[in-house]
Order: sequence, then structure tokens, then C-alpha cells
Amino acid sequence: MNMSVASSSVKKGETLIDTAMTLNAMQPDILVVRHHSAGAVALLAQKVACSVVNAGDGAHEHPTQALLDALTIRRHKGRIATLIVAICGDVLHSRVARSNILLLNALGAEVRVVAPSTLLPSGIEEMGVRVFRRMDEGLKGADVVMMLRLQRERMEGAFVPSVREYFRYFGLDAAKLAYARPDALVMHPGPMNRGVEIASEIADGPMSVIEEQVEMGVAVRMAVIEYLVGVSAEGNP
Amino acid sequence: MTERPLVVEKVRIVDPARKLDAVGTIVVENGVIVAAGPDAMNQGRPDGATVIDGTGLTALPGLVDARVFIGEPGGEHRETIASASRAAAAGGVTSILTMPDTDPVIDDVAIAEFVMRTARDTALVNVFPAAALTKGLKGKEMTEIGLLTDAGVKAFTEGRKTLADPALMRRIMTYARDFGAVVMHETTDAALAGGGVMNEGLYASWLGLPGIPGEAEIIPLERDLRLAALTRCRYHAAKISLGESAAVVAAAKRRGLSVTAGVSINHLSLNENDVGQYRTYFRLSPPLRREADRLAMVEALADGTIDIIVSSHDPQDADDKRRPFAEAETGAIGLETLLPAALRLYHSGAVPLMRLVEAMTSAPAAILGLDRGTLKPGAPADLAIVDLDRPFVFTEDLIRSRSKNSAFENARFAGQVLRTVVSGRTVFEAAG
Repeated sequence: MNMSVASSSVKKGETLIDTAMTLNAMQPDILVVRHHSAGAVALLAQKVACSVVNAGDGAHEHPTQALLDALTIRRHKGRIATLIVAICGDVLHSRVARSNILLLNALGAEVRVVAPSTLLPSGIEEMGVRVFRRMDEGLKGADVVMMLRLQRERMEGAFVPSVREYFRYFGLDAAKLAYARPDALVMHPGPMNRGVEIASEIADGPMSVIEEQVEMGVAVRMAVIEYLVGVSAEGNP
Repeated sequence: MTERPLVVEKVRIVDPARKLDAVGTIVVENGVIVAAGPDAMNQGRPDGATVIDGTGLTALPGLVDARVFIGEPGGEHRETIASASRAAAAGGVTSILTMPDTDPVIDDVAIAEFVMRTARDTALVNVFPAAALTKGLKGKEMTEIGLLTDAGVKAFTEGRKTLADPALMRRIMTYARDFGAVVMHETTDAALAGGGVMNEGLYASWLGLPGIPGEAEIIPLERDLRLAALTRCRYHAAKISLGESAAVVAAAKRRGLSVTAGVSINHLSLNENDVGQYRTYFRLSPPLRREADRLAMVEALADGTIDIIVSSHDPQDADDKRRPFAEAETGAIGLETLLPAALRLYHSGAVPLMRLVEAMTSAPAAILGLDRGTLKPGAPADLAIVDLDRPFVFTEDLIRSRSKNSAFENARFAGQVLRTVVSGRTVFEAAG
């Protein structure tokens, strides 16, 4: 069953807890929840009896994206450990970045972030990453270049001055990508802003594995669901 | 066109970048200083050189004025780049940083390049446009600090305005830091200043004029200094006017922040009493303060708390100044009187000559990242030859600026610029 906020009782003022109670009463096997507020999915999970998959909560986490990214990397490189992964762009607002920082570090990669300081969260230096403010430095020797989406409302003078300035200094084009290893992978969690964080020729180029990420997304989420259904069938959470 | 080489002999050379104050010879060739110092005396004269006897005269690096308002584009009736440059040359000023409060606002690369191009074609001195911090000076969206920096913009400022939104200020400072850009800010809280037109206090009260409290300057200044600590941005307090402001700048410097400060020549020379009976040429922003504050500015300049002196040259149409005080425009011109007015502090013994010259040459050049403001060999030959003691009265007919709103009209000075040289080319010579 699919339920979206726009057409549900959430719009009519129902609180998240009430929604959780209602959903719980339907006795589902699994809830897959995406929410705009960080921590909302965890809050909901406390109130229901079934398994809950976090499909993205605010700027907090997006665990299955990190799993599918790791799977995509491993398929190409045969390992994760010791690889240099540069996560570039709007780290401040990105749940994808946070999940990848956690997972890739756990798997032994060297994780870097590359962004203007206005798009980096406070304390980023202590999150287990190396921080760069210039693409040429941050991409040097990278095995994986992971681009993040910059939302439109953040482009025009709020966090960065303009699209053309952002693309000039932080958009992934051939010149900047040349700093990475020649066999580097180019990744993007989608949806892409072509000409903002990534040039079309790169997104569609030979180093891009962006479509494969989508494919791995299906596999990873199938696996997650299968695992959780198996767990709940055994009654052994 | 190749300029003839220039040799100035037996001249007192004051070059703060090298802490040099000695009689010697200056040799200029191909627009560059070849030698300048006592040991250059035995240097042969280049063929065809113009030779000047500098006996009794002093050679300074050409002045760098980091706060100049110009009317071009959009207000050419007040001042053009060319007319401002003539005023600058007459004042021994060889480099000016122009403010972005033009029409259109200097807030993108195309307009900055227009100013640089116009300056190349029409100006006698070096012109460096500062760009706005926010698009259209509207205080909403930051400008393209990266692209502007790459285009040659040396500083970012809201000109006369102060950014009200602290979150936006923080973000701009954070972004500017990544590009090594310097943020120059005049700090006046517009809401707190309200409708004030001069310094708040007894004198304003007797005149029946609404006052601007000192806190209108100090509150946004302290805010900015805290944000400078948070963001580690290069911050320059453009124009402070209060002893308390100097104290908070000094404290920020003690904390090791990358902070500098400027003061206008007006606030070193004048106080609120100069407003007299509603003299609108003395309506300035920030307003002229109490004598105690002026003395504190002089002391802060002498001890280095205040890094630089600016003219804050701000041409205004006579029609906009010949109004009741509270309705008149703020601002005064100052390019031509910057050096003579500053030399009063040397003649009075308040500030040593070396420090005074530093605050108008090498210190602003360092803040802006210019290779000028010094006479060291290899530098572009920007210099002013001055008779430090020659007296003159600054009468209106001397004013080369297109606007005549000088706060020093009919002032008596000791210290006249006799010749100004920009990149080896003489751009001004005093008559007689």
C-alpha cells in the first residue's frame, strides 16, 4: 500500500504519532517511511510493532542509498577498503552524505568531502572525513567521485551566489574530473541538476555509474525487504 | 608610449614597507622603481632621464585610498572616474578602491569589468572597483564572490550600507573566506540610527537635530567581529569613529582574528562642533563625534589598532547639500585633502610620519593585496613628491573633483603635493 502526505490525513493535521497508530492498526509487515524531519522515522518506529525502513529522514540519513552506493563501488573496484571517495556538493543538507560517511568509513574507505564552507555542516572535520574547499585538491587521486544534488532554492544567493558560479567552482566537468584517478567512478544519487552540480557529458560519460546505482537500488531494497520479512516471519526481531 | 626615465635626487625617501626614512635617490625606468634609497646615489642616470632636484622635498609611495565613492556609472554629474582620478592625482593618491554604490550597482563581473575598462581608458590613477556583498545592495542574496575575485575585484562591501541580517552576513563571510576575499563593512545599525543626522548628545540637542547614538556603530561592529571569529573571514571595519569601537577592534586583534580597521580623515580631523550652525558639508556617516572620540581615533591610529586612513571621498551635488541639515545628503569629498589633512597629525606630533604614511600606503595595499604602496625596487613606480612644510589654503578654485562638498574648504594646511607619478608617468604637477 502506498500512502503520501499530500493525499493523507497528515495534511489534515494528524500528528505523526497518530499516523503511526493508524498504520500499526493495519498490522503491516514492513513500513517504508520517508519524512522531511530528521528523526521522524525513528520516532514512528517506536510506535509501531513492525519493521520500519528509513527511506530518508530530513538531512539525517538515507541508509539504503549508502548500501546501494557501496554495492555499486564494490562491483567495480572489488573492494571498499583503502579507496578514496570524494563526496562533493551540498553536504550540509544531504542525508545521502551522512549515511555514506558512516558506511564507507566503516568499510575502510578514505572519505573526503568537497564543498564551499557554506554547504558544510559545523563539526564536519570531526565526522571522520578530510575536508576540502576546492575540487582540484579534493578530487586528487580519488577512486570515486560522488556528486550531491543542490536544490534550486539554495542556488541563487542563499548558500552559493549563483548557478554559474557554483558550476564554475564545484560543478563536475571534464577539467575537474581529470584530477581524479583515470579509472574513477562518477556517482550521483539522483535526481541530477545537469549543468549545476554535474555536466551532462560527465553524467552520461564512460566513467558514470549513475544508472547502475538505480539498478543496484532495486537489488538492495529487495534484499532489505526480504531480510526483514524473513525476520518477522520467524518472529525474531 | 614609453615614458622618459625619471630620477629624483637628494630627496628624503619615506617608505614604510621597508621602514626606510633617509635621503637618497629614486630611479624610475619603464614604469618601475629601479632603485630608491641612499645607496642609489651612485647609480648612473639612465639616458634621457628627467632629473628632479629633491632637496628639501619628501618622496612617499603613492597613496592608496581604500574608500572612494564615484558617480560612474549612473551619477556622472557628481563625479566620473576621470574627474575622481584627477582629484586623486592632485592629492598624491595613486590607487583608489571605488565603492559599489553606483547605478547599476557593481555586483557582477560585467559591471566590474566596465569600471576597470573605463578606468584604463580615462583614469590618471589606478582604479580598483570593490564589489557589493549582495546583489543590488538589497541585502538578500550574496554576489558571485568567486567569479568577481577571479575577475580582479580586490574587496567586497555594501558601500554605505550595513547588512542587517546576521545569518546572511555569516554565510557571506563563510563563503568569502574560502576565496580569501576581504569583507569591508561600514557598521551602522539603520534602525538604531533611526532618523538621526548627527552625533547624539548635548550639541545635537541644542541644535534640535535628531541624534545617532554610538551604539548604532558598536552593536553591528561587535556582531561582525564575533562572526569574523566564527567564520575566520578576513574582515575590515571600513570606517570606525568611536573610542569604544577602537577598543573592540583592539580586543579582536588580540584574539588573533584576521581583522583590520579604517578611519576616515574627517574623523581624525574634525568633531561634532564643526557642524557649527547647520553646515551640511559636515553631515557625514558615521557622524562627526565628540572631541574625545577624535582623540581616541588619533591614538588608535598611532598605536596600530586602526590600520588605515581613507578619504571616504563622497561627491554630492550642491543641490543635495544646500538644504536644511536634516534633509541634506551625507558625505564629503576628500581625495585632494587626504594627505595635507593627515600631515596635520605629523606636524602636531600626534602620529610619527612613518606610521602616518604607512596607514595610507603599504597598509591599505596589504589589505587589498596590491603590489603597490611601496618604493621598493621592482614595484610599480607610484609616488608622490611632497613639500611637507609648504603652506597653502584649500580654496574652492583648487577643487578638481566635479563636486565641491569639501569639509576642508578654506582650511590652512602645511604640506603640498608637488608631483604625482603613476607607473612612471607624471600625472600631476603643482603650479609654481
